[in-house]
Amino acid sequence: MSNIEIVNLWKVFGNDPEIVFEPENINKTRSEIQDEFNQVVALRNVNLSINPGETFVVMGLSGSGKSTLVRALIRLIDPTSGSILINNQDVLQYNNQELENFRRHTVAMVFQHFGLFPHRTVLENAAYGLEVQKVDTEARNQKALEVLELVGLSGWESSYPSELSGGMQQRVGIARALAVEPDILLMDEPFSGLDPLIRRQMRIELKKLQQTIQKTIVFITHDLDEAITVGDRIAIMRDGEVTQLGTPEEIVTNPANSFVEEFTFDIPKTRVTSVSNIMVKPSSQEFDRRYVVAPESIVEDMIPLVLETGDPIPVVDSKDELVGVVPQEKILELVAQSARQEYSEE
Amino acid sequence: MSVTLEKEKLSTQESKENDKSYIIKYGISLVVFVIVMGLSWVIHLMKITQITDFPVNFSPPVTNAIDDFVDFLVVNFAWIFDWMSDQAKVLIGKIRDFLIWVPWPFTILAIMYTGWKVASRNVGIGSAIALLLLGLFNLWVSAMVTIAIMVIAVLISIVIGIPLGIIAASSNRFDAAIKPILDGMQTMPSFVYLVPGIMFFGLGNVAAILATVLYAIPPCIRLTNLGIRQVDIAVVEAGTAFGSNRMQLLTKVQIPMAIPTIMAGINQTVMMALAMVTIAAMVGAGGLGADVFRAMGQLEQGDAVIAGLGIVVLAIVIDRISQGYINNRNQTTSIE
Repeated sequence: MSNIEIVNLWKVFGNDPEIVFEPENINKTRSEIQDEFNQVVALRNVNLSINPGETFVVMGLSGSGKSTLVRALIRLIDPTSGSILINNQDVLQYNNQELENFRRHTVAMVFQHFGLFPHRTVLENAAYGLEVQKVDTEARNQKALEVLELVGLSGWESSYPSELSGGMQQRVGIARALAVEPDILLMDEPFSGLDPLIRRQMRIELKKLQQTIQKTIVFITHDLDEAITVGDRIAIMRDGEVTQLGTPEEIVTNPANSFVEEFTFDIPKTRVTSVSNIMVKPSSQEFDRRYVVAPESIVEDMIPLVLETGDPIPVVDSKDELVGVVPQEKILELVAQSARQEYSEE
Repeated sequence: MSVTLEKEKLSTQESKENDKSYIIKYGISLVVFVIVMGLSWVIHLMKITQITDFPVNFSPPVTNAIDDFVDFLVVNFAWIFDWMSDQAKVLIGKIRDFLIWVPWPFTILAIMYTGWKVASRNVGIGSAIALLLLGLFNLWVSAMVTIAIMVIAVLISIVIGIPLGIIAASSNRFDAAIKPILDGMQTMPSFVYLVPGIMFFGLGNVAAILATVLYAIPPCIRLTNLGIRQVDIAVVEAGTAFGSNRMQLLTKVQIPMAIPTIMAGINQTVMMALAMVTIAAMVGAGGLGADVFRAMGQLEQGDAVIAGLGIVVLAIVIDRISQGYINNRNQTTSIE
């Protein structure tokens, strides 16, 4: 288990990045700096703290610095200043040997364009990380078979990546990353290259997979819908800065600015609002056991229950105690709001 | 609609203006040309040698320096060259003797099998027929000698060329340094390479091998370099992200992915080696080239043509088999 602490991280592309840090320039906007000095500020003073075991989504449009951020975490890009503490060690201070070890054992990355080795079979691809660690052939193949099964690719071991569909190729990418048993999984727009149906399916599978593997995942995407499906928390980036950080619910119900609001516009509130936020105090301790929901589940999931029962839905926590009830009109209210959103969009 | 029409009008106007300016430009050029020709005529008429001849000749000191340097090498390092020459002679002799010693049907069957397996059925059968024709036209021994020299030259080229290509791919500075040298090597008239061979090793097959290696090595270096540099950056990045060190990245990712390009380089090296082995007959290399050379010297056109066609046939066989190998390989481990 591991904690990622990103402190005052800057990345400036260009031949003279230091000029950005001059006192008179430090507050200039990205475009001013680009016009005046021909330097591109990709990350501007990013501070994030990512908890162990959480799926942390970094969302932004192209050019927002999200890819730079994730590449900096594994030092495919060297940041200009700041620090990245992983397991309380500053990744940016690592020498070559330490960096190699860090990449071999602590983090693994899944790439947007898969980055599979075309000359290697699926099995050899999945085993690559272990091969680099000089694990002997038998042990690494066994591990590779294990992770391939986990991602649903049993039977494809001896195929080459070019013989697989896009979705399957990305499963190989995920298997390759999982094979090294990393603490942290970095996923750089892993599903962007897939077609929409597969994309949705992969998100759901990732969510399930995460329940078994329980890794710290840093997930990059430009799609808020995807961010909400997979993310425990979301950081929205714009022009190299984090403009809002919060749970999917916080972001959708309470966007920090008009930029975020525009993104969240077509996300129905029922998809992100958790039950605990709309429940009210129960009038009595008796409740119908057939129609209970957990406080952390989202409203959308309880709509089928509403159709089955006419009564308020009881909310029961993990200790099996009644903590509240959700009256029908509260749900209807949210559904109506979501519908109005969709309507006004047209 | 009207806007596009106007644009068209504008563009025709522009082109008319361009026409005018072309006439002026070419007119000026023509006038200048006529004046220069007239002046040249006058200069020759008046025999002004200061203008018709160059004032200084730098050549003698430079050529003398080169001569001295080569003399120095030959005198002081003769034992190295002699030793190398002896070893090479023995090796060529052994390969040649072996190739001649194996009865021709076995050789033809072996080549047919290789062609069939590595390329296709047609290539296999075609190669067999081609070799059979070489034998029937009494060119078998010469062909084997040519192959012996070529094989050694190609092996040396690969052993030196591929590592140089790898270094060039990983160091931009080395690449920049080697590029003009390779350009020079490829534009140099091929028989110039025969000179250093004779200087150091005297007439014979060894000189031919040196010349052949010098002539045939550039594509091997270039395409190894290119192949490694062309490897998809995303894949290299993935390799790096999993903690590969430089050596692992090179041997597990970059070189395997560059192999189709490297093979294309080797194919070119083989073909160039064959071309050079023929020309190297001028410095006493045996084989088909020597047959052509001798026949031409004795004005026997028939023999010259037959031996020349023999070279062509050999070249086609080697090229088809190696091309077939490259194509099949590309298909099985196709990149994307």
